[in-house]
Amino acid sequence: MPTLHTVNKSPFEQKSLVTCLSVCKADSSVLLIEDAVVGALRNTRISHKILVSLASGVKVYALNEDLEARGLPLDRLIDQIGIVDYAGFVDLVAKNTKVQSWL
Amino acid sequence: MSVSKSFICINRKAPYGTIYALEALEVVLIAGAFEQQVTLIFMDDGVYQLTRNQNPAGIGMKNFSKTFGALADYDIDKIFVDEESLFLRGLQASDLQLLTHETTDGEEQASIKVVSRNELGDIIDSADILLNF
Repeated sequence: MPTLHTVNKSPFEQKSLVTCLSVCKADSSVLLIEDAVVGALRNTRISHKILVSLASGVKVYALNEDLEARGLPLDRLIDQIGIVDYAGFVDLVAKNTKVQSWL
Repeated sequence: MSVSKSFICINRKAPYGTIYALEALEVVLIAGAFEQQVTLIFMDDGVYQLTRNQNPAGIGMKNFSKTFGALADYDIDKIFVDEESLFLRGLQASDLQLLTHETTDGEEQASIKVVSRNELGDIIDSADILLNF
């Protein structure tokens, strides 16, 4: 029964991404949206936490429209993070049995 | 009688997720229009406001980052960015917009300066009025 977790706050200002990652099990998906997409960059204060989750089998995605809005360079994202558009967001919602929004 | 004071606007929020960044820009443009001395500081997630190549068309919002280019027309040419905030976010000065102004000698000069927390402390202390966003 995989869960899609969405996070919409910057991980540098709020704890929601770190809390989310700490409860995510393998095969769960985490989608970074809105201000949370800033967490997708490599070599940040929180990137190692995302790498640990990825290594444990959690899938992590970032919403392309929000990355583009903020001018974040796509070639500097953590390699294993998937980039999805709004249609991909819908696919993730459909593929998982439920959605947990970490507001 | 008009009085000119030194305002410092401290920006600590990322753009688009909340309205703070856009509202701060509106306020400093108004202060500039009233010929106040305005200095901007970007720290914490505020540094994301200055990234190059922003394109919020996909999320249906206005690209207000282009408005930073108009600050020099209001004589707002002192923009300080916290070095530590950039570093913690995997960003460098080269990821930020190139904003310039003309000096009294007619030379083009960069408006953005990356500074340490220590320097920020002195800059903040120098203000008459602090605006926080």
